[in-house]
Amino acid sequence: MSLKQLTIFVPNEQGSLVSITETLAKHNVNLRALSIADTEEFGILRLIVNDTKTAYETLKEEGYLIKLTDVVGVKIGDEPGKLSKALAVLDEKNINMEYLYAFMSRTEKHAYVVLRVADNAAAEKALEDASFHMITDADVCKL
Amino acid sequence: MEKRYFQKEIETMPVEEIKKLQSEKLVKQVKHVYENVPYYRDLMDKKGVKPEDIKGIEDLHKLPFLTKADLRDAYPYGLLAKPLKDCVRIQSTSGTTGKRVVAFYTQHDIDLWEDCCARAIVAVGGTNEDVCQVAYGYGLFTGGPGLNGGSHKVGCLTIPTSSGFTERQIMFMKDLEATILCCTPSYAAYIGETIKEMGISPDELPLKAGIFGAEPWTEEMRRGIEKSLGIKAYDIYGLTETSGPGVSFECEEQTGMHINEDHFLAEIIDPETGEVLPEGSKGELVFTALDKEAFPLLRYRTRDICVLSRKKCSCGRTFIKMSKPMGRSDDMMIIRGVNVFPSQIETVLLSEGYQPNYQIVLDRVNNNDTFEVNVEMNPEQFTDTVSGVTAMEKSLAEAMKTVLGINPKVNLVAPKSIVRSEGKAVRIIDKRKLHD
Repeated sequence: MSLKQLTIFVPNEQGSLVSITETLAKHNVNLRALSIADTEEFGILRLIVNDTKTAYETLKEEGYLIKLTDVVGVKIGDEPGKLSKALAVLDEKNINMEYLYAFMSRTEKHAYVVLRVADNAAAEKALEDASFHMITDADVCKL
Repeated sequence: MEKRYFQKEIETMPVEEIKKLQSEKLVKQVKHVYENVPYYRDLMDKKGVKPEDIKGIEDLHKLPFLTKADLRDAYPYGLLAKPLKDCVRIQSTSGTTGKRVVAFYTQHDIDLWEDCCARAIVAVGGTNEDVCQVAYGYGLFTGGPGLNGGSHKVGCLTIPTSSGFTERQIMFMKDLEATILCCTPSYAAYIGETIKEMGISPDELPLKAGIFGAEPWTEEMRRGIEKSLGIKAYDIYGLTETSGPGVSFECEEQTGMHINEDHFLAEIIDPETGEVLPEGSKGELVFTALDKEAFPLLRYRTRDICVLSRKKCSCGRTFIKMSKPMGRSDDMMIIRGVNVFPSQIETVLLSEGYQPNYQIVLDRVNNNDTFEVNVEMNPEQFTDTVSGVTAMEKSLAEAMKTVLGINPKVNLVAPKSIVRSEGKAVRIIDKRKLHD
Protein backbone atom coordinates (compact mmCIF):
# COMPACT_ATOMS: atom_id res chain seq x y z
CA MET A 1 0.00 0.00 0.00
CA SER A 2 1.41 3.32 -0.82
CA LEU A 3 0.64 6.83 -1.72
CA LYS A 4 3.34 8.89 -3.40
CA GLN A 5 3.61 12.58 -2.80
CA LEU A 6 5.61 14.92 -5.02
CA THR A 7 7.81 17.14 -2.88
CA ILE A 8 9.19 20.18 -4.66
CA PHE A 9 11.57 22.85 -3.41
CA VAL A 10 10.26 26.26 -4.35
CA PRO A 11 12.34 29.41 -4.02
CA ASN A 12 10.39 32.25 -2.49
CA GLU A 13 10.30 34.26 -5.69
CA GLN A 14 7.53 35.67 -7.75
CA GLY A 15 6.28 33.26 -10.38
CA SER A 16 7.95 30.14 -9.08
CA LEU A 17 4.70 28.44 -8.15
CA VAL A 18 2.86 29.31 -11.34
CA SER A 19 5.61 27.89 -13.50
CA ILE A 20 5.21 24.56 -11.73
CA THR A 21 1.45 24.42 -12.11
CA GLU A 22 1.72 25.48 -15.75
CA THR A 23 4.18 22.71 -16.47
CA LEU A 24 1.81 20.18 -14.92
CA ALA A 25 -1.19 21.54 -16.82
CA LYS A 26 0.72 21.29 -20.09
CA HIS A 27 1.22 17.60 -19.44
CA ASN A 28 -2.39 17.01 -18.43
CA VAL A 29 -1.56 16.32 -14.84
CA ASN A 30 -4.46 16.96 -12.49
CA LEU A 31 -3.87 18.10 -8.96
CA ARG A 32 -5.75 16.23 -6.26
CA ALA A 33 -4.28 17.86 -3.19
CA LEU A 34 -1.76 20.52 -2.47
CA SER A 35 0.01 21.84 0.56
CA ILE A 36 2.82 24.30 0.91
CA ALA A 37 5.10 24.91 3.86
CA ASP A 38 6.97 28.13 3.57
CA THR A 39 9.64 30.16 5.29
CA GLU A 40 10.93 33.59 4.40
CA GLU A 41 13.41 32.15 1.93
CA PHE A 42 11.86 29.03 0.47
CA GLY A 43 8.80 26.86 0.34
CA ILE A 44 8.23 23.14 0.14
CA LEU A 45 5.37 22.26 -2.14
CA ARG A 46 3.65 18.93 -1.61
CA LEU A 47 1.36 17.55 -4.28
CA ILE A 48 -0.86 14.56 -4.76
CA VAL A 49 -1.63 14.21 -8.47
CA ASN A 50 -3.48 11.83 -10.76
CA ASP A 51 -0.33 10.93 -12.71
CA THR A 52 2.65 10.91 -10.40
CA LYS A 53 5.10 9.42 -12.90
CA THR A 54 4.53 12.03 -15.60
CA ALA A 55 4.56 14.87 -13.08
CA TYR A 56 7.80 13.69 -11.50
CA GLU A 57 9.59 13.18 -14.80
CA THR A 58 8.58 16.46 -16.40
CA LEU A 59 9.37 18.57 -13.36
CA LYS A 60 12.69 16.84 -12.90
CA GLU A 61 13.52 17.44 -16.52
CA GLU A 62 12.72 21.12 -16.08
CA GLY A 63 15.36 21.25 -13.37
CA TYR A 64 13.21 21.35 -10.27
CA LEU A 65 14.51 19.97 -7.02
CA ILE A 66 11.92 17.24 -6.59
CA LYS A 67 11.58 13.98 -4.79
CA LEU A 68 8.94 11.34 -4.15
CA THR A 69 7.86 10.90 -0.58
CA ASP A 70 5.87 7.98 0.78
CA VAL A 71 2.89 9.25 2.68
CA VAL A 72 -0.21 7.68 4.17
CA GLY A 73 -3.56 8.45 2.56
CA VAL A 74 -6.61 7.88 4.69
CA LYS A 75 -10.22 8.01 3.70
CA ILE A 76 -12.20 9.95 6.23
CA GLY A 77 -15.98 10.04 6.20
CA ASP A 78 -17.59 13.38 5.62
CA GLU A 79 -18.83 13.82 9.15
CA PRO A 80 -17.65 15.82 12.18
CA GLY A 81 -15.13 14.17 14.47
CA LYS A 82 -13.78 11.62 12.00
CA LEU A 83 -10.39 13.31 11.60
CA SER A 84 -10.02 13.59 15.37
CA LYS A 85 -10.64 9.90 15.67
CA ALA A 86 -7.93 9.09 13.13
CA LEU A 87 -5.44 11.37 14.83
CA ALA A 88 -6.27 9.91 18.22
CA VAL A 89 -5.40 6.45 16.88
CA LEU A 90 -1.95 7.64 15.89
CA ASP A 91 -1.48 9.49 19.13
CA GLU A 92 -2.32 6.40 21.10
CA LYS A 93 0.36 4.45 19.26
CA ASN A 94 2.88 7.26 19.73
CA ILE A 95 3.31 7.74 16.02
CA ASN A 96 4.85 11.12 15.40
CA MET A 97 3.44 13.26 12.67
CA GLU A 98 5.42 15.76 10.60
CA TYR A 99 2.51 17.29 8.70
CA LEU A 100 -0.89 16.57 7.20
CA TYR A 101 -3.29 18.07 4.72
CA ALA A 102 -6.74 17.17 3.52
CA PHE A 103 -8.77 17.13 0.31
CA MET A 104 -12.23 16.24 -0.89
CA SER A 105 -13.06 14.07 -3.85
CA ARG A 106 -15.45 15.12 -6.58
CA THR A 107 -16.90 11.70 -7.21
CA GLU A 108 -17.43 10.40 -3.73
CA LYS A 109 -18.66 12.36 -0.76
CA HIS A 110 -15.50 11.74 1.15
CA ALA A 111 -12.68 13.66 2.74
CA TYR A 112 -9.18 12.33 2.50
CA VAL A 113 -6.20 13.10 4.67
CA VAL A 114 -2.58 12.84 3.64
CA LEU A 115 -0.33 12.09 6.58
CA ARG A 116 3.42 12.28 6.78
CA VAL A 117 4.46 10.24 9.81
CA ALA A 118 7.65 8.76 11.17
CA ASP A 119 6.57 5.18 10.47
CA ASN A 120 4.18 4.68 7.56
CA ALA A 121 3.61 0.97 8.07
CA ALA A 122 2.79 1.38 11.75
CA ALA A 123 0.41 4.24 11.00
CA GLU A 124 -1.36 2.29 8.29
CA LYS A 125 -1.77 -0.73 10.50
CA ALA A 126 -3.08 1.30 13.44
CA LEU A 127 -5.58 3.09 11.24
CA GLU A 128 -6.74 -0.06 9.53
CA ASP A 129 -7.22 -1.76 12.88
CA ALA A 130 -9.47 1.15 13.75
CA SER A 131 -11.48 0.50 10.52
CA PHE A 132 -10.10 3.34 8.43
CA HIS A 133 -9.48 2.77 4.72
CA MET A 134 -6.22 3.67 3.09
CA ILE A 135 -5.96 5.05 -0.40
CA THR A 136 -3.20 4.32 -2.91
CA ASP A 137 -1.90 5.94 -6.07
CA ALA A 138 -4.30 3.77 -8.05
CA ASP A 139 -7.22 5.16 -6.05
CA VAL A 140 -6.09 8.73 -6.53
CA CYS A 141 -6.12 8.29 -10.33
CA LYS A 142 -9.79 7.45 -10.20
CA LEU A 143 -10.86 10.21 -7.85
CA MET B 1 45.33 75.49 18.45
CA GLU B 2 48.75 74.34 19.50
CA LYS B 3 49.97 71.43 17.42
CA ARG B 4 50.70 68.35 19.46
CA TYR B 5 52.80 65.36 18.58
CA PHE B 6 53.83 62.29 20.48
CA GLN B 7 57.35 62.26 19.01
CA LYS B 8 57.64 65.64 17.37
CA GLU B 9 61.18 65.32 16.08
CA ILE B 10 60.37 62.19 14.11
CA GLU B 11 56.83 63.05 13.09
CA THR B 12 57.87 66.39 11.61
CA MET B 13 61.27 65.35 10.28
CA PRO B 14 62.14 66.82 6.88
CA VAL B 15 61.39 64.32 4.11
CA GLU B 16 65.03 64.01 3.02
CA GLU B 17 66.04 63.08 6.55
CA ILE B 18 63.25 60.52 6.83
CA LYS B 19 64.50 58.92 3.62
CA LYS B 20 68.04 58.87 4.92
CA LEU B 21 66.87 57.28 8.17
CA GLN B 22 64.87 54.71 6.21
CA SER B 23 67.89 53.86 4.07
CA GLU B 24 70.09 53.26 7.10
CA LYS B 25 67.47 51.11 8.78
CA LEU B 26 66.74 49.15 5.61
CA VAL B 27 70.37 48.17 5.05
CA LYS B 28 70.60 46.88 8.61
CA GLN B 29 67.23 45.15 8.44
CA VAL B 30 67.98 43.28 5.20
CA LYS B 31 71.18 41.98 6.76
CA HIS B 32 69.31 40.92 9.92
CA VAL B 33 66.65 39.09 7.92
CA TYR B 34 69.14 37.45 5.54
CA GLU B 35 71.16 36.11 8.43
CA ASN B 36 68.27 34.95 10.60
CA VAL B 37 65.39 33.97 8.33
CA PRO B 38 66.32 31.05 6.05
CA TYR B 39 62.96 31.29 4.31
CA TYR B 40 63.61 34.83 3.09
CA ARG B 41 67.30 34.12 2.46
CA ASP B 42 66.21 31.44 -0.01
CA LEU B 43 63.90 33.91 -1.74
CA MET B 44 66.74 36.43 -2.02
CA ASP B 45 69.18 33.80 -3.25
CA LYS B 46 66.69 32.65 -5.87
CA LYS B 47 66.40 36.24 -7.06
CA GLY B 48 70.17 36.64 -6.97
CA VAL B 49 70.10 39.47 -4.42
CA LYS B 50 72.68 39.74 -1.66
CA PRO B 51 72.33 41.98 1.40
CA GLU B 52 75.27 44.07 0.05
CA ASP B 53 73.16 44.93 -3.01
CA ILE B 54 70.79 46.93 -0.80
CA LYS B 55 72.49 50.24 -0.16
CA GLY B 56 69.41 52.30 0.50
CA ILE B 57 65.69 52.63 -0.17
CA GLU B 58 66.39 53.12 -3.88
CA ASP B 59 67.38 49.42 -3.97
CA LEU B 60 64.20 48.21 -2.28
CA HIS B 61 62.68 47.05 -5.59
CA LYS B 62 65.42 44.41 -5.88
CA LEU B 63 64.04 42.48 -2.90
CA PRO B 64 61.51 39.67 -3.32
CA PHE B 65 57.93 40.12 -2.17
CA LEU B 66 56.28 38.28 0.66
CA THR B 67 52.61 37.35 0.43
CA LYS B 68 49.99 35.83 2.65
CA ALA B 69 50.81 32.46 1.03
CA ASP B 70 54.40 32.77 2.31
CA LEU B 71 53.09 33.38 5.82
CA ARG B 72 51.02 30.24 5.51
CA ASP B 73 53.91 28.18 4.18
CA ALA B 74 56.23 29.44 6.87
CA TYR B 75 53.74 28.95 9.73
CA PRO B 76 54.48 29.14 12.58
CA TYR B 77 58.21 29.87 12.96
CA GLY B 78 59.48 30.14 9.38
CA LEU B 79 59.68 33.94 9.31
CA LEU B 80 60.83 34.40 12.87
CA ALA B 81 64.07 36.40 13.01
CA LYS B 82 64.85 36.24 16.73
CA PRO B 83 65.26 33.35 19.16
CA LEU B 84 62.02 32.65 21.03
CA LYS B 85 63.70 33.57 24.31
CA ASP B 86 63.86 37.16 23.03
CA CYS B 87 60.16 37.22 22.11
CA VAL B 88 57.56 38.34 24.62
CA ARG B 89 54.25 38.20 22.74
CA ILE B 90 52.35 36.83 19.80
CA GLN B 91 49.27 38.26 18.13
CA SER B 92 47.29 36.45 15.55
CA THR B 93 44.81 36.85 12.77
CA SER B 94 42.63 34.47 10.83
CA GLY B 95 44.32 33.43 7.62
CA THR B 96 43.30 31.59 4.50
CA THR B 97 41.96 28.03 4.78
CA GLY B 98 41.61 28.40 8.50
CA LYS B 99 45.34 28.63 9.17
CA ARG B 100 46.21 31.63 11.22
CA VAL B 101 48.93 34.20 10.82
CA VAL B 102 51.03 34.33 13.97
CA ALA B 103 53.21 37.42 14.47
CA PHE B 104 55.96 37.54 17.09
CA TYR B 105 57.11 40.56 19.07
CA THR B 106 60.17 41.35 21.15
CA GLN B 107 59.78 44.02 23.82
CA HIS B 108 61.35 46.46 21.35
CA ASP B 109 58.68 45.53 18.76
CA ILE B 110 55.89 46.05 21.29
CA ASP B 111 57.37 49.43 22.18
CA LEU B 112 57.55 50.70 18.63
CA TRP B 113 54.03 49.42 17.91
CA GLU B 114 52.66 51.16 20.99
CA ASP B 115 54.54 54.33 20.01
CA CYS B 116 52.73 54.24 16.68
CA CYS B 117 49.37 53.93 18.46
CA ALA B 118 50.35 56.71 20.86
CA ARG B 119 51.08 58.98 17.88
CA ALA B 120 47.60 58.23 16.57
CA ILE B 121 46.00 59.12 19.90
CA VAL B 122 47.93 62.38 20.20
CA ALA B 123 47.07 63.22 16.59
CA VAL B 124 43.36 63.23 17.47
CA GLY B 125 44.02 65.52 20.42
CA GLY B 126 44.77 62.96 23.15
CA THR B 127 46.84 63.95 26.21
CA ASN B 128 47.39 62.55 29.70
CA GLU B 129 44.24 64.43 30.72
CA ASP B 130 42.14 62.17 28.53
CA VAL B 131 40.15 59.07 29.35
CA CYS B 132 40.56 56.57 26.56
CA GLN B 133 38.07 53.74 26.23
CA VAL B 134 39.41 50.83 24.20
CA ALA B 135 36.45 48.87 22.87
CA TYR B 136 38.44 46.87 20.32
CA GLY B 137 38.64 43.17 21.10
CA TYR B 138 41.49 42.22 23.42
CA GLY B 139 43.33 38.98 22.98
CA LEU B 140 44.89 37.56 19.84
CA PHE B 141 43.38 40.41 17.79
CA THR B 142 45.79 43.36 17.63
CA GLY B 143 43.18 46.11 18.04
CA GLY B 144 42.74 46.01 21.82
CA PRO B 145 46.37 45.42 22.87
CA GLY B 146 47.73 48.01 20.39
CA LEU B 147 45.53 50.92 21.37
CA ASN B 148 45.72 49.92 25.02
CA GLY B 149 49.51 50.21 24.89
CA GLY B 150 49.36 53.47 22.97
CA SER B 151 46.92 54.93 25.47
CA HIS B 152 49.27 54.03 28.33
CA LYS B 153 52.18 55.69 26.55
CA VAL B 154 50.22 58.91 26.15
CA GLY B 155 49.27 58.67 29.80
CA CYS B 156 45.53 58.57 29.25
CA LEU B 157 43.40 56.89 31.85
CA THR B 158 42.68 53.70 29.93
CA ILE B 159 39.37 51.85 30.16
CA PRO B 160 39.96 48.38 28.70
CA THR B 161 36.34 47.44 28.09
CA SER B 162 37.16 45.31 25.04
CA SER B 163 34.25 44.82 22.64
CA GLY B 164 30.69 43.83 23.49
CA PHE B 165 28.43 44.46 26.50
CA THR B 166 27.34 47.69 24.87
CA GLU B 167 25.22 49.02 27.71
CA ARG B 168 28.11 48.51 30.10
CA GLN B 169 30.38 50.32 27.63
CA ILE B 170 28.01 53.25 27.65
CA MET B 171 27.75 53.23 31.43
CA PHE B 172 31.55 53.47 31.75
CA MET B 173 31.68 56.06 29.00
CA LYS B 174 29.21 58.21 30.90
CA ASP B 175 30.29 57.62 34.49
CA LEU B 176 34.05 57.76 33.91
CA GLU B 177 33.73 60.53 31.33
CA ALA B 178 35.58 58.88 28.48
CA THR B 179 36.84 61.42 25.95
CA ILE B 180 38.34 59.10 23.32
CA LEU B 181 36.80 55.91 21.98
CA CYS B 182 38.78 53.27 20.08
CA CYS B 183 36.95 50.47 18.27
CA THR B 184 35.85 49.23 14.85
CA PRO B 185 33.71 51.75 12.93
CA SER B 186 30.76 49.37 12.81
CA TYR B 187 30.89 48.98 16.57
CA ALA B 188 31.11 52.75 16.98
CA ALA B 189 27.99 53.08 14.86
CA TYR B 190 26.29 50.44 16.96
CA ILE B 191 27.21 52.27 20.18
CA GLY B 192 25.74 55.41 18.61
CA GLU B 193 22.45 53.65 17.93
CA THR B 194 22.33 52.14 21.39
CA ILE B 195 22.89 55.51 23.00
CA LYS B 196 19.92 56.81 21.07
CA GLU B 197 17.77 53.86 22.09
CA MET B 198 18.73 54.42 25.72
CA GLY B 199 17.51 57.98 25.40
CA ILE B 200 20.96 59.49 25.95
CA SER B 201 21.86 62.56 23.92
CA PRO B 202 25.43 62.75 22.57
CA ASP B 203 25.73 66.09 24.40
CA GLU B 204 25.56 64.23 27.71
CA LEU B 205 28.77 62.38 26.86
CA PRO B 206 32.14 64.13 27.15
CA LEU B 207 33.43 62.03 24.25
CA LYS B 208 35.32 64.17 21.71
CA ALA B 209 37.18 61.84 19.36
CA GLY B 210 37.15 58.29 18.09
CA ILE B 211 39.88 56.17 16.51
CA PHE B 212 38.25 53.60 14.29
CA GLY B 213 39.86 50.96 12.11
CA ALA B 214 40.32 47.27 11.28
CA GLU B 215 37.60 47.33 8.65
CA PRO B 216 36.66 49.44 5.64
CA TRP B 217 34.27 52.32 6.16
CA THR B 218 33.03 55.20 4.08
CA GLU B 219 32.93 58.97 4.49
CA GLU B 220 29.18 58.66 4.83
CA MET B 221 29.62 56.28 7.73
CA ARG B 222 32.13 58.69 9.27
CA ARG B 223 29.57 61.50 9.19
CA GLY B 224 26.94 59.22 10.71
CA ILE B 225 29.20 58.21 13.60
CA GLU B 226 30.34 61.80 14.18
CA LYS B 227 26.72 62.87 14.45
CA SER B 228 25.44 60.02 16.59
CA LEU B 229 28.30 60.24 19.09
CA GLY B 230 28.96 63.99 18.86
CA ILE B 231 32.65 63.44 18.07
CA LYS B 232 35.28 63.66 15.35
CA ALA B 233 35.93 60.21 13.90
CA TYR B 234 39.44 59.29 12.73
CA ASP B 235 40.70 56.37 10.73
CA ILE B 236 43.60 54.13 11.70
CA TYR B 237 45.23 51.41 9.59
CA GLY B 238 47.36 48.40 10.29
CA LEU B 239 47.62 44.69 9.94
CA THR B 240 48.87 41.95 12.21
CA GLU B 241 51.59 41.07 9.69
CA THR B 242 53.18 44.48 10.11
CA SER B 243 52.42 44.83 13.88
CA GLY B 244 48.80 45.90 14.18
CA PRO B 245 46.89 49.19 14.17
CA GLY B 246 49.00 52.30 13.99
CA VAL B 247 50.96 51.56 10.83
CA SER B 248 49.21 54.72 9.69
CA PHE B 249 46.76 57.11 11.29
CA GLU B 250 44.67 60.16 10.54
CA CYS B 251 45.38 63.64 11.85
CA GLU B 252 42.95 66.52 12.33
CA GLU B 253 42.84 67.09 8.55
CA GLN B 254 41.02 63.76 8.03
CA THR B 255 42.37 63.52 4.49
CA GLY B 256 44.29 60.27 4.61
CA MET B 257 46.49 58.41 7.05
CA HIS B 258 50.09 59.34 7.85
CA ILE B 259 52.31 56.28 7.60
CA ASN B 260 54.79 55.92 10.45
CA GLU B 261 57.66 56.03 8.01
CA ASP B 262 60.44 55.68 10.54
CA HIS B 263 59.18 52.12 11.11
CA PHE B 264 57.35 51.20 7.92
CA LEU B 265 58.47 51.79 4.37
CA ALA B 266 55.55 51.91 1.94
CA GLU B 267 55.45 51.26 -1.80
CA ILE B 268 52.66 51.13 -4.32
CA ILE B 269 52.98 48.42 -6.94
CA ASP B 270 51.06 47.19 -9.93
CA PRO B 271 49.36 44.08 -8.50
CA GLU B 272 49.65 42.29 -11.87
CA THR B 273 53.31 42.91 -12.70
CA GLY B 274 54.79 43.76 -9.30
CA GLU B 275 56.32 46.89 -10.83
CA VAL B 276 56.75 49.84 -8.46
CA LEU B 277 54.48 52.74 -9.41
CA PRO B 278 55.23 56.44 -8.98
CA GLU B 279 53.74 58.42 -6.11
CA GLY B 280 50.11 59.29 -6.67
CA SER B 281 49.35 56.10 -8.61
CA LYS B 282 46.64 53.76 -7.50
CA GLY B 283 47.96 50.29 -6.77
CA GLU B 284 48.69 47.65 -4.17
CA LEU B 285 50.22 48.78 -0.91
CA VAL B 286 53.44 47.02 0.10
CA PHE B 287 55.12 47.41 3.48
CA THR B 288 58.64 46.79 4.69
CA ALA B 289 59.17 46.76 8.44
CA LEU B 290 62.33 48.78 8.98
CA ASP B 291 63.23 48.04 12.56
CA LYS B 292 61.00 45.32 13.87
CA GLU B 293 63.14 42.53 15.32
CA ALA B 294 61.12 39.34 15.72
CA PHE B 295 58.83 39.36 12.70
CA PRO B 296 60.34 41.77 10.20
CA LEU B 297 58.48 41.29 6.94
CA LEU B 298 60.19 42.78 3.90
CA ARG B 299 58.05 43.91 0.98
CA TYR B 300 54.87 42.38 2.35
CA ARG B 301 52.00 42.66 -0.10
CA THR B 302 48.94 43.86 1.80
CA ARG B 303 46.56 43.32 -1.15
CA ASP B 304 44.97 46.64 -0.21
CA ILE B 305 44.59 49.02 -3.12
CA CYS B 306 45.29 52.66 -2.30
CA VAL B 307 47.15 55.85 -3.25
CA LEU B 308 50.12 57.49 -1.49
CA SER B 309 50.57 61.24 -1.32
CA ARG B 310 53.32 63.42 0.05
CA LYS B 311 51.32 66.62 -0.23
CA LYS B 312 52.14 69.00 2.62
CA CYS B 313 49.76 68.47 5.53
CA SER B 314 48.45 71.31 7.68
CA CYS B 315 49.06 69.24 10.82
CA GLY B 316 52.80 69.65 10.33
CA ARG B 317 53.53 65.95 10.05
CA THR B 318 55.84 65.12 7.18
CA PHE B 319 54.98 61.42 6.97
CA ILE B 320 53.55 60.35 3.65
CA LYS B 321 49.79 59.80 3.61
CA MET B 322 47.85 56.83 2.30
CA SER B 323 44.26 56.99 1.18
CA LYS B 324 41.64 54.74 2.69
CA PRO B 325 41.98 51.36 1.01
CA MET B 326 39.82 51.46 -2.13
CA GLY B 327 39.54 47.75 -2.61
CA ARG B 328 41.50 44.54 -2.66
CA SER B 329 43.75 42.97 -5.24
CA ASP B 330 42.54 39.55 -4.12
CA ASP B 331 39.12 38.26 -3.25
CA MET B 332 39.43 38.76 0.50
CA MET B 333 36.40 40.25 2.18
CA ILE B 334 36.42 42.03 5.49
CA ILE B 335 33.18 41.17 7.26
CA ARG B 336 32.53 42.56 10.72
CA GLY B 337 36.25 43.20 10.95
CA VAL B 338 37.17 39.61 10.15
CA ASN B 339 39.09 38.58 7.03
CA VAL B 340 37.17 36.06 4.99
CA PHE B 341 38.26 34.36 1.78
CA PRO B 342 35.83 32.57 -0.53
CA SER B 343 38.27 29.63 -0.53
CA GLN B 344 37.51 29.10 3.17
CA ILE B 345 33.82 28.78 2.39
CA GLU B 346 34.57 26.35 -0.44
CA THR B 347 36.62 24.18 1.91
CA VAL B 348 33.75 24.00 4.39
CA LEU B 349 31.21 23.15 1.70
CA LEU B 350 33.31 20.30 0.36
CA SER B 351 33.97 18.89 3.80
CA GLU B 352 30.26 19.04 4.64
CA GLY B 353 29.25 17.15 1.50
CA TYR B 354 28.08 20.08 -0.62
CA GLN B 355 29.19 21.10 -4.08
CA PRO B 356 31.07 24.40 -4.10
CA ASN B 357 28.12 26.15 -5.72
CA TYR B 358 27.50 29.17 -3.56
CA GLN B 359 27.08 32.89 -3.50
CA ILE B 360 28.06 35.30 -0.75
CA VAL B 361 25.78 38.28 -0.23
CA LEU B 362 27.09 41.11 1.92
CA ASP B 363 25.16 44.15 2.95
CA ARG B 364 25.25 46.73 5.66
CA VAL B 365 22.09 47.26 7.65
CA ASN B 366 22.17 49.93 10.35
CA ASN B 367 25.94 50.10 9.90
CA ASN B 368 26.37 46.42 10.65
CA ASP B 369 27.50 43.88 8.11
CA THR B 370 25.05 41.21 7.13
CA PHE B 371 26.64 38.04 5.81
CA GLU B 372 24.58 35.50 3.91
CA VAL B 373 25.76 32.47 2.00
CA ASN B 374 23.43 30.90 -0.54
CA VAL B 375 24.35 27.29 -1.17
CA GLU B 376 22.94 24.94 -3.77
CA MET B 377 21.50 21.79 -2.26
CA ASN B 378 22.30 18.37 -3.63
CA PRO B 379 19.08 16.63 -4.78
CA GLU B 380 19.73 13.74 -2.39
CA GLN B 381 19.97 16.13 0.56
CA PHE B 382 16.51 17.55 -0.02
CA THR B 383 13.95 16.56 2.56
CA ASP B 384 10.21 17.17 2.51
CA THR B 385 10.06 19.06 5.78
CA VAL B 386 10.94 22.65 6.57
CA SER B 387 12.62 21.59 9.78
CA GLY B 388 14.85 19.22 7.79
CA VAL B 389 16.05 21.99 5.48
CA THR B 390 16.54 24.53 8.27
CA ALA B 391 18.48 21.98 10.33
CA MET B 392 20.84 21.51 7.38
CA GLU B 393 21.23 25.28 7.06
CA LYS B 394 21.99 25.58 10.74
CA SER B 395 24.60 22.86 10.79
CA LEU B 396 26.32 24.29 7.72
CA ALA B 397 26.34 27.76 9.32
CA GLU B 398 27.92 26.25 12.44
CA ALA B 399 30.65 24.58 10.36
CA MET B 400 31.39 27.89 8.63
CA LYS B 401 31.50 29.73 11.91
CA THR B 402 34.11 27.31 13.23
CA VAL B 403 36.41 28.08 10.32
CA LEU B 404 35.63 31.76 9.70
CA GLY B 405 35.15 32.96 13.25
CA ILE B 406 31.95 34.77 12.30
CA ASN B 407 28.44 33.53 11.88
CA PRO B 408 26.90 33.53 8.40
CA LYS B 409 23.25 33.07 7.59
CA VAL B 410 23.10 30.06 5.28
CA ASN B 411 20.28 29.76 2.76
CA LEU B 412 19.96 26.48 0.90
CA VAL B 413 18.70 26.98 -2.62
CA ALA B 414 17.73 24.72 -5.49
CA PRO B 415 20.48 23.17 -7.65
CA LYS B 416 21.58 25.35 -10.57
CA SER B 417 19.63 28.30 -9.23
CA ILE B 418 22.68 30.48 -8.58
CA VAL B 419 23.05 32.68 -11.61
CA ARG B 420 26.04 31.88 -13.75
CA SER B 421 27.36 34.37 -16.21
CA GLU B 422 29.44 32.84 -18.98
CA GLY B 423 29.42 29.61 -17.04
CA LYS B 424 31.07 31.21 -14.05
CA ALA B 425 28.99 31.93 -10.99
CA VAL B 426 29.20 35.36 -9.42
CA ARG B 427 30.62 34.43 -6.04
CA ILE B 428 30.38 37.66 -4.13
CA ILE B 429 27.66 40.27 -4.16
CA ASP B 430 28.80 43.11 -1.96
CA LYS B 431 26.09 45.72 -1.55
CA ARG B 432 27.87 47.54 1.26
CA LYS B 433 29.34 50.34 -0.89
CA LEU B 434 32.42 50.52 1.30
CA HIS B 435 34.45 52.59 -1.05
CA ASP B 436 33.33 56.06 -1.99
